[in-house]
Amino acid sequence: MIVAERKPIDEIIEKIKDYNKILLLGCNECVTVCEAGGKKEVGVLASALRMYFLNKGKEILIDEITLERQCDHEYLEEIRDRIDQYDAVLSLACGVGVQFMADKYLSTPVYPGVNTCFLGATEKRGLWTERCQACGQCILASTGGICPISRCAKRVLNGPCGGSTNGKCELSKELDCAWQLIIDRLKAMDRLDDYEKLADIKDWSSDRAGGPRKVVREDVQE
Amino acid sequence: MSEKTSSKLERILASGNLAVTSECGPPRGTDPEAIIEKANLIKDYVDAINITDNQTSVTRMCSLAACIRLKLMGLEPVLQMVTRDRNRIALQSDILGAASFDINNMLCLSGDHQSFGDCAAGQNVHDLDSMQLLQLVRKMRDEGKFLGGDEIKRPPKMFVGAAANPFADPFEIRVPRLAKKVAAGAEFIQTQCIYNLDKFEKWMEGVRERGLHEKVHILAGVTPFKSAGMARYMKNRVPGMDVPDDVVKRMADTPKEKQAEEGINICVESIQRLKEVEGVHGFHVMAIEWEEKVPGIIERTGLYPRPEV
Ligand code: SF4
Ligand code: SF4
Repeated sequence: MIVAERKPIDEIIEKIKDYNKILLLGCNECVTVCEAGGKKEVGVLASALRMYFLNKGKEILIDEITLERQCDHEYLEEIRDRIDQYDAVLSLACGVGVQFMADKYLSTPVYPGVNTCFLGATEKRGLWTERCQACGQCILASTGGICPISRCAKRVLNGPCGGSTNGKCELSKELDCAWQLIIDRLKAMDRLDDYEKLADIKDWSSDRAGGPRKVVREDVQE
Repeated sequence: MSEKTSSKLERILASGNLAVTSECGPPRGTDPEAIIEKANLIKDYVDAINITDNQTSVTRMCSLAACIRLKLMGLEPVLQMVTRDRNRIALQSDILGAASFDINNMLCLSGDHQSFGDCAAGQNVHDLDSMQLLQLVRKMRDEGKFLGGDEIKRPPKMFVGAAANPFADPFEIRVPRLAKKVAAGAEFIQTQCIYNLDKFEKWMEGVRERGLHEKVHILAGVTPFKSAGMARYMKNRVPGMDVPDDVVKRMADTPKEKQAEEGINICVESIQRLKEVEGVHGFHVMAIEWEEKVPGIIERTGLYPRPEV
């Protein structure tokens, strides 16, 4: 899923302080799972903002809506008949949702309430870690199912680098060395011989480097 | 291992002599004197001088420019190049530029992470990794082709090296990892600083078992300690560095004013012992901001005078 983190409240206030009517818009998907922008977080943030503006003596309307998804026309359409009641939207969806909102409602200012961080997994409640950088040509088959692009600080394809110490990355003792994980896994699968195969020089054109990407499936288009 | 370039380092290694290299870090400014002075201190005692490439990710004068300085002095530089800061266009272009000045040696590295340096907020590139950089240089040299397949007019003739850290983890892949670098095209290896000689010798055993010592010239890396503090720092703070407790203790038990001398003694003793290790073809003496000590170390270990080849 996409993992996001709520922006600091001061940053949010700075952006919205001059408006009088705000729609605080949550999303029921990834940001709900990572507890950054679901219905619950919308409620918490709305209360905090109301409290802040009340103390400042400013009257402000903050409405709360959480959509099934903000990255989908169908759900975003649900607010079409109400959108003109607001001066601005504060979206707690990931960057994709914020942009979809901006595309669709051309004249309404929209502000991101979260920082979109990475594609990751929930290791346990309150701990999310990166697993993929959507490079567009998955090489997990040759790296024991562990991604060196997202999990190695230097994305080395023939690792580990010389900084790997006691299974940890040179960046920090808190961070596993991805290549240690890959080697452990190759060993567990009795495929350590694979380690000596040189990884091909990667074609990054399907990665961010190639410009904005697109997936087209004509067979499912209507 | 027959000669393929005009590299003096390659010639010395091919002649069967123990090679000696050292390294200089370029200045954090534009004054070429800094590099000239350092080079003058060591030039008669080493066969080639590595110029580091923004080491520890701290911005400095570029390695290529400093290598050209050495060339202008008639010396033999080893151009260090990290994959952290350049994509494949810049790497190939710098290789051509270096070769145009007849810089004949290159060391392919991935580089420390930028968070250790003065631009922690910067991007890193890592378009290729160090092994792929080796492959790239070999392709340019041996096939006379760019990565994209086009012909190179007057291909670069570089003698190509890589680093190896026998002490990084996991230990079991340390020999396979060297095999991989050799397969990628490494012709010489400069190792991480060796303080744990037992572990290094164990690594070399594995290297010999696979016959890698006959495919690549291994230069053992050594760095003298200036003080007990430095020994402790290297042990505890530098990733991938293995400094045994007894070495730290030997430094710490030495009175402060004698510690620098003791650091040199340890370095000299290490070289003496490593000279006996089959497959060690030379030494890479890294005296960090202490270049003036290199001549003494080389003399005391019987590696002076340097052979004329
Ligand atoms: S190899 Fe690419 S697609 Fe596969 S997990 Fe890593 S970043 Fe994602
Ligand atoms: S220590 Fe491991 S994870 Fe960290 S940069 Fe090196 S190879 Fe990558």
